[in-house]
Amino acid sequence: MTVGLTHYLVVSTLLFCLGLYGVLTRRNAVAILMGIELMLNAGNINLVAFNRYVAPGAVAGHVFALVVITLAACEAAIGLALVMAAYRSLETIHVDEINVMKW
Amino acid sequence: MLAVAWIIPVLPFLAFWLIIFFGRRLPGEGAYVAIGAMGIDALLSIAILAQAVGGATYQANMVWAVLGDRALEIGYQIDPLTAVMLIVVTVVGSLIFIYSIGYMHGDPRYPRFFAYMSLFAASMLTLVLANNLLLLYVGWEGVGLCSYLLIGFWFERPSAARAAIKAFVTTRIGDTFMFIGILLIFFTVGTLQFDQIFEAVEAGHLAGVTLTLAALLLFGGAVGKSAQVPLHVWLPDAMEGPTPVSALIHAATMVAAGVYLVARTYLLFFGSPDHGALTVVAWIGGITALMAATIGIVQDDIKRVMAYSTISQLGYMMMGLGVLGFTAGVFHLMTHAFFKALLFLAAGSVIHAMHTNDMKEMGGLGRVMPWTYGTMLVGALALSGVPPFAGFWSKDEILLEAFHHNPPLFWVGLVGAFITAFYVFRMIFLTFSGPLRSHHAHPHESPAVMTVPLVALAVFSGLIGFVGAPWWGNPFHHFVEFEAAESVPFDLNLALLSTAVALAGIFTAAVVYYWKWLSSASLRRAARPLYALLVHKYYWDELYAFAVVTPTLWIARRLRVFDLYVIDGAVNAVGIVFVWLARLYRLFDLYVVDGLVNLIGWVTGKVGGVLRYVQTGSPQNYLLVIAFGVIVLVIGGILR
Repeated sequence: MTVGLTHYLVVSTLLFCLGLYGVLTRRNAVAILMGIELMLNAGNINLVAFNRYVAPGAVAGHVFALVVITLAACEAAIGLALVMAAYRSLETIHVDEINVMKW
Repeated sequence: MLAVAWIIPVLPFLAFWLIIFFGRRLPGEGAYVAIGAMGIDALLSIAILAQAVGGATYQANMVWAVLGDRALEIGYQIDPLTAVMLIVVTVVGSLIFIYSIGYMHGDPRYPRFFAYMSLFAASMLTLVLANNLLLLYVGWEGVGLCSYLLIGFWFERPSAARAAIKAFVTTRIGDTFMFIGILLIFFTVGTLQFDQIFEAVEAGHLAGVTLTLAALLLFGGAVGKSAQVPLHVWLPDAMEGPTPVSALIHAATMVAAGVYLVARTYLLFFGSPDHGALTVVAWIGGITALMAATIGIVQDDIKRVMAYSTISQLGYMMMGLGVLGFTAGVFHLMTHAFFKALLFLAAGSVIHAMHTNDMKEMGGLGRVMPWTYGTMLVGALALSGVPPFAGFWSKDEILLEAFHHNPPLFWVGLVGAFITAFYVFRMIFLTFSGPLRSHHAHPHESPAVMTVPLVALAVFSGLIGFVGAPWWGNPFHHFVEFEAAESVPFDLNLALLSTAVALAGIFTAAVVYYWKWLSSASLRRAARPLYALLVHKYYWDELYAFAVVTPTLWIARRLRVFDLYVIDGAVNAVGIVFVWLARLYRLFDLYVVDGLVNLIGWVTGKVGGVLRYVQTGSPQNYLLVIAFGVIVLVIGGILR
């Protein structure tokens, strides 16, 4: 059995669903951020796999994957900073309890 | 000078508005404004008369309104008749205005009196200056309005208010005839300008029965305004007004407007077949002259004697016009204005001193009021027709014309002259001679502001007749004349006869009331039915009460019942039906319309209540829904 594009896509889909599940179900803000990281990585697998099997000579998929990783690092930094700020003022990172802007 | 004659009625009109608005803040509380306007008018009138004597005439027109192809023009004219009337109105008016300062002194509505008097003067001058029936009618109704306002000037007295209404309604009857006459002329000739109407009469466009009818309808207005039989009943009651009003309006000027109207439209009367309309005028005038004079004998109210005298003298004027004596009628109008104004003002002076109108309480006033006595004596002699006073010349001319053109009326006039002399000297003797019969009155001579106008009017009453004297060719006749009717030359025998009759009247009055050789009580007993007839004024008021007032009230009561049950019933029925309909509609409104509205609100509320659970405010829930949505779309895409 040779590993093809389909296998990569299935792994990517599973990884994305895990991330989505984490985002939807976790109440801890840090865990939600971690779910988002999983979904971004699922996207990266897709980009690299499509580059390898659909356009083998090109490097656009790799470059784009590197951009996404950079983006993910920035997102994690800003997200964690927000969580820190929320914790300092509200003494919780539980998203159900961060509701001061709800009417 | 003639071209600015329009300013004459404008001045008192402005004075009226000034006094009405500013009243007591004006000099003399408005009196000086009114007198100033009248004084300027009098000077203007004298200037105009001087030019008119020189033969000048003037006419100015402007189009007021266009009805279809007919233009209604208004304008004014100056001719001898107008010039004479202007002098009468402004000179007599000025003197009476001055007199009023004294007479009305202390009246609570003092400025308003002068305002109304000014408005009256403006209307009367408009009437006199008008060169068409339309403007004349405007002035005619204006003086009628002022007459109403001034008769009812002391409206706190019910009798004054009633008299004002009586005067207004009675003259209105005549005015209605006059208005119909004006319309008849307008639709026959197509214009209301006097000169064009006269041209139409001379050209034969307005002739025959139509002409007679038009003339008689106009005369209807004159009958009302000049208090001729059968519409004379208002004038005696009009004496409820202040005495200067009686002098100016109900003796000198306004009541003469009817005579002026007949004189102004004389060609209509003259041109009617066989002078038919003129004959009617003559007989109405003659009957009025005699009837009013006889009633004057039995009146005890000094002003009512004057009122019946005025009616009688107006009858003489009408009679004079009616017997082809155009000049004689106008001449008598002029002289009468002066001496009757004098008599009224003198009577006012007496009333001012005595605080009563009743001659039975007077007597002996000649000693305490020499000026009033002297001037009133001049007026009485003028009224009686004793030469050389004014009334003699004019009354003699009327009798002269009657003698030549209508002998039966000559005798009526002669008897009237005897009675005139009798009643006026009865009044003089009762008022000024013998002992004072009232024990609580303290008569005194009136102030100079009242006696000076009296003296001025006395001078006029004494001398003005000479403008119609035969010695210097009777200048008045050549000034105011009607070419088609040649006036009769002076007749010495007739003049002597009328003088003798007047003196006989005075002598008879002296026999009964001065020397008392015959007591008036025994005369009353001797002629009881005649006395009753005269005291009841020939039962005219009773006749009108029976023939007009009672049936009118009867019909009004029946109509009231009809109104109350039929018309009100119908109105109420409609109302009730609609109230019931409204109640039904209210139910519909309450349950159907309001129900629908409430239902919409209720449903919206419920739906909102359900849907609000969707809005959790938690992004994870929304994200979940989005994820399900994506899954559904993906599955939908795969299965398609």
